Amino acid sequence: MIDAGARVPIRLVVNGRARELAVATHALLLDVLRDDLDLKGAKRSCDSQVCGACTVLVDGLAVSACTYLAVEADGCAVLTVEGLAEGDTLHPIQRAFVDAGAVQCGFCTAGMLLTARALLDEHAAPTREQVLHYLRGSLCRCTGYRKIVEAIVAAGGGDR
Amino acid sequence: MLRPFALHRPGTAEEACGLLARLGDDAVPYAGGTELLLLMKLGLLRPRHLIDVKRVAGFDAITDGARLTLGAAVTHRAVERSPLVGRHCALLAAVARHVANVRVRNVGTVGGNLAFADPHSDLATLFLTLDATVELVSGRGRRELPLTDFVRGAWETARAPDELLASVRLTPWPSGTAATYVKFGVHERPTLGVALALCRAAAGARVGEARLAIGCVDARPARVPAAEARLTGVAVAELEDVAGAVAEAAAAAVDPADDLHGSADYKRAMVAVFVRRALRIAAARARGDVAPAARFPHAVVA
Repeated sequence: MIDAGARVPIRLVVNGRARELAVATHALLLDVLRDDLDLKGAKRSCDSQVCGACTVLVDGLAVSACTYLAVEADGCAVLTVEGLAEGDTLHPIQRAFVDAGAVQCGFCTAGMLLTARALLDEHAAPTREQVLHYLRGSLCRCTGYRKIVEAIVAAGGGDR
Repeated sequence: MLRPFALHRPGTAEEACGLLARLGDDAVPYAGGTELLLLMKLGLLRPRHLIDVKRVAGFDAITDGARLTLGAAVTHRAVERSPLVGRHCALLAAVARHVANVRVRNVGTVGGNLAFADPHSDLATLFLTLDATVELVSGRGRRELPLTDFVRGAWETARAPDELLASVRLTPWPSGTAATYVKFGVHERPTLGVALALCRAAAGARVGEARLAIGCVDARPARVPAAEARLTGVAVAELEDVAGAVAEAAAAAVDPADDLHGSADYKRAMVAVFVRRALRIAAARARGDVAPAARFPHAVVA
């Protein structure tokens, strides 16, 4: 048993870097990333797993960091938008978003990029239908979906 | 923000049940957290102990035999990808593929979905057509009860505070069954779910047994015996002839309430519309045709 209020040691790899942290049982992964590790890319928006703005990958799977206990990430690899690029070189998905003009206000972009990354890891060249299916629950309030879908299809080498 | 709680990680069902018995109302089982953590964040639930059931031996298992058994901690993603599910009930895999969104499917569990008894559950509606039973374990023993008895109403189940939902068992349809699940809605959770199975309806034959379940519009999903009776014995080629009567029987069987998903009248009308559409799809599958290409706005066809 881990007592209420006790801080539990967890080891995880965040964006390729090993981290050792002490977190409370009720700490949410989103708060640990944003406040303890200063990774502000994942956003708190709906706070109920509906919108996708807080999406990060845990061992390659997309999760809502707003509704995911930090202790669950113990022993896992966590990828946030800050870990997508290699130095100054954008990840191909980021490049595709730039090329397609798939960013408007930018609030949903980190979640969109990571959701796309998880999709492309599963399907290297997704069809438009596969992209639409995977993006269900990833909301863009600027409603810039067309270019986001185009960018992800293009990142997989597909025809827009 | 969540309030502090103690986290328990039992490795066996016995251990988990012991904790539930000892801690009583202060403890709740926890798996994916997709429902529980939301209510805790809102302060609607304030448990002092969470009992993580994901490490309980066997709870993540999918096994076959006379029936298909899904452990309570099996995720929607695991159901979608399980070769056993694909072999015994391909429609279930297809429905799992469309539950909520990818993030929920990655962590949300079958047991959590059923134990929460949200009226807008895809799984509970489909499971009614698969004669689902749930297995409950406690320090007092083990019992199995039909899903219809387990889900008592909106967010209400027959689970006693010291009991743990261990698994759900399904009876796959006989070969030659044509089935579909159609859901409709513009919100995150479906406004309506229709599960329809036409059993032993090989091409050219008659419907041996029909199973129709309606979910989301009432406090709990339910089969519609009056509509099923209208389908039994009907030749596959003549299913369209009874579509109106079946849709009417289904609409008459539900008792919706006005809410954000729409008025009671609207929901009843949509039940008729989508039962008719589900029947058209299942009939096409029974004939061996490709399912109708028509795409319904704001609907998902599995």
